[in-house]
Amino acid sequence: MPPRPCALCAKAKAMIKRPKTGQQICKDCFFYVFETEVHNTITEAKLFKPGDRVAIGASGGKDSTVLAYVMKALNERYNYGLNLFLLSIDEGITGYRDDSLETVKRNQQQYSMPLKILSYEELYGWTMDRIVSQVGRKNNCTFCGVFRRQALDRGAAMLSVDHIVTGHNADDIAETVLMNIMRGDIARLGRCTAICTQGEDTIRRSKPFKYAYEKEIVMYAYFKKLDYFSTECIYSPDAYRGHARVFLKDLEAVRPSAIIDIIHSGEAFEIKEEIKATQKVQQTCTRCGYMSSNALCKACTLLEGLERGMANAGITDRGTKQLRMQDAAGEASPTPDNLRTIPFFELKPTSTTMICLEPTP
Amino acid sequence: MESTISIKVEFSGGLELLFDNKRSHELALPAVVPLNNDTKKDVVVAEGQGKPADVAYLIAYLRDHLLQERAELFEEGGTVRPGILVLVNDTDWELEGEGEYALRDGDEIVFISTLHGG
Repeated sequence: MPPRPCALCAKAKAMIKRPKTGQQICKDCFFYVFETEVHNTITEAKLFKPGDRVAIGASGGKDSTVLAYVMKALNERYNYGLNLFLLSIDEGITGYRDDSLETVKRNQQQYSMPLKILSYEELYGWTMDRIVSQVGRKNNCTFCGVFRRQALDRGAAMLSVDHIVTGHNADDIAETVLMNIMRGDIARLGRCTAICTQGEDTIRRSKPFKYAYEKEIVMYAYFKKLDYFSTECIYSPDAYRGHARVFLKDLEAVRPSAIIDIIHSGEAFEIKEEIKATQKVQQTCTRCGYMSSNALCKACTLLEGLERGMANAGITDRGTKQLRMQDAAGEASPTPDNLRTIPFFELKPTSTTMICLEPTP
Repeated sequence: MESTISIKVEFSGGLELLFDNKRSHELALPAVVPLNNDTKKDVVVAEGQGKPADVAYLIAYLRDHLLQERAELFEEGGTVRPGILVLVNDTDWELEGEGEYALRDGDEIVFISTLHGG
């Protein structure tokens, strides 16, 4: 086939077919439209204001690596006036996270951004390696997911940032819409397409790549030769998400707009008032002060189960009930005084001089 | 016409794990291959019965000769599994005719998995 010219500049050779539009464009035009679309997403949703301190949730993977690169570029190009930080969570997974954190440390240098790493070990007293050795490979993703979410907020509080941005892309969000529909999780279905979420007293969290296709993120990283890490977690992957993912990729192969269409459907769902009324009211955890829909937040319940050798306590309602029944019957020591708990959550540290950043390697 | 062509193949995004954890491979492929992409070494293509080696043949060849494990994560129904990007000399293969692109001596083909964690 003869080389086709770029549909935008009509000069250079087309190198990529955009999945969203089918447009065939050259490398430079691709960089420009990709970055501009992210800029438009940011400005239309009014995500930031000048002077904001923003932490980029960085795993070393493709999405967060491209996000860090693009956020830095846009911040400079359009004078957002943001102070950018890299924030990484070390789950304590030998042979996986330790390697990907090396990538983040290189990104810290490449992008000259301060980096903060917060570990599960430091915050909860348990690494994922140790959790898996106790609970096995079946439910470990529940621990990891709940612990990561809270760790990101706490890491962000340590950096006293206003905002966390994550690399969730259009494919991720479409997957989540499908999963929430298939699980009947109405509360999550309602909020999973929101570009920005904010709990009662937690830090704003948003997804500048909400409309960015995974294909384009990977092509961007490839053409820019960005340094990223791509190994699957060594513990059993989230099987349910895996099915949703394969299904979505099959749909995309037939009709590339499927991804953006599913996000659109997710956004258009409206939850009836009487359903909303049955949803739990947000409160703060009595033990650690983090936002929660019960007296005790999920992370505290999970941690207590681990500490008391009843790992199921936080996974199933039945497990939680068992734990409380034991308490009532005095069978187990009722929440022992020396039980490891999560430090109390405070949004803004009074002194910002306490921030401990990773030394530049 | 030369009887073989040399090409370079690269795997990334985690796909290299299926290929002996090696990212870069140099291959010599027959210039003319069977229409059904049979990759057996001793297969004879009758005069006028073959086609030039193309990307579809390359995918079958990689699956049959280089892949170490879990073929279903790479190939599906005669093409790559959805979620794997293919580049022909740094251009999206969707612009080059995908599997029908006829390989030329010195071509560089890149396979990138998008299915690994972000």
